[in-house]
Amino acid sequence: MGMAAADLQFHVLAVDDSLIDRKLIERLFRISSCQVTTVDSGSKALEFLGLQDQNQPCVSPSNQQEVEVNLIITDYCMPGMTGYDLLKKIKESSSLRNIPVVIMSSENVPSRISRCLEEGAEEFFLKPVRLSDVNKLRPHMMKTKCKSLSQQEAEKMVTEPKQESIEIANVPSQAPQTQSETVQQQQKSQANNNNNNNNKRKAMEENLSPDRTRQRYSSLTAV
Amino acid sequence: MENQKQRQAAYLRRSLFDQGYVDDQFIHLEELQDDANPNFVEEVVNLFYTDSARLIRNIELALENGPYDFTRLDNMMYQFKGSSSSIGAKRVKRQCCQFQEYCIAKNIEGCKNTFQGVKQEHATLKTKLESYFQMAREGSLYV
Repeated sequence: MGMAAADLQFHVLAVDDSLIDRKLIERLFRISSCQVTTVDSGSKALEFLGLQDQNQPCVSPSNQQEVEVNLIITDYCMPGMTGYDLLKKIKESSSLRNIPVVIMSSENVPSRISRCLEEGAEEFFLKPVRLSDVNKLRPHMMKTKCKSLSQQEAEKMVTEPKQESIEIANVPSQAPQTQSETVQQQQKSQANNNNNNNNKRKAMEENLSPDRTRQRYSSLTAV
Repeated sequence: MENQKQRQAAYLRRSLFDQGYVDDQFIHLEELQDDANPNFVEEVVNLFYTDSARLIRNIELALENGPYDFTRLDNMMYQFKGSSSSIGAKRVKRQCCQFQEYCIAKNIEGCKNTFQGVKQEHATLKTKLESYFQMAREGSLYV
């Protein structure tokens, strides 16, 4: 197909002021075949993403495209910029708002959780974060990957793939709640079976649902 | 075929759980180990002890003289508790929670006493984990 294997690997940006938690998160995502970048603050995260302070001029768009991030996972309680502040800044940015954001916290505060979800966080995980939590994130990361892949496909080919790419863009907006619940159930049962599976990416693809989505994704991700 | 050291390592590991030193987060860490990363748990634990030494020192300094900033003490302990929780340090975590309760109650004596407990559990766990990791390593050499 001409697509490099790296195109299909997810890149996660993890933000946490705790050294231990950064090491853990990094391992959790690496073991899930993701590329990981860790930073210890919200401001460093924004810097990495190409979004400077409001007082400074923004980086040019061509620079931003070099860094493709499929997911941002951030701790809530951090000195300076909290995870919530970071979430807001990302959602306010036209270039970054489509990147799924996940919040982590060691405190179970319902009002905090709903505030984050309302602001656009895809998930809110209680620490310590586990592999089963990370497995839930595949569909969210797939959304961004397939959007950019389908754009590449649309440029190369003409008829059918274009229809596919349009439908993929629509799928995530259809009852996302149900989608993620079903996926979680599937992944829970699969995760146990797939612990020793060396070909983790293949195992992850099998976890996608609903069926319509699975068909489209497998045709795109075939290398 | 298990050797003596492997059996001892398994015993040490079992007692870490039975005596409540570690909780199931420790198992989740073990699940992150593989052939390419066979010492991940030990690496995380070592990182914890290096990193937490700093936190402990800061709390100690803050407890030395008044006026006591309970919010700051609570925040520092929150960080320390978070790291302890991440490695599954059950007993340490319990002491941390108690310390935080004394912070909320602005009870400095309670804080000071509990902090001794935090340090003690922190040190005891270190010894136990070191023994376990050493035995496990020695046991694996004979495989």
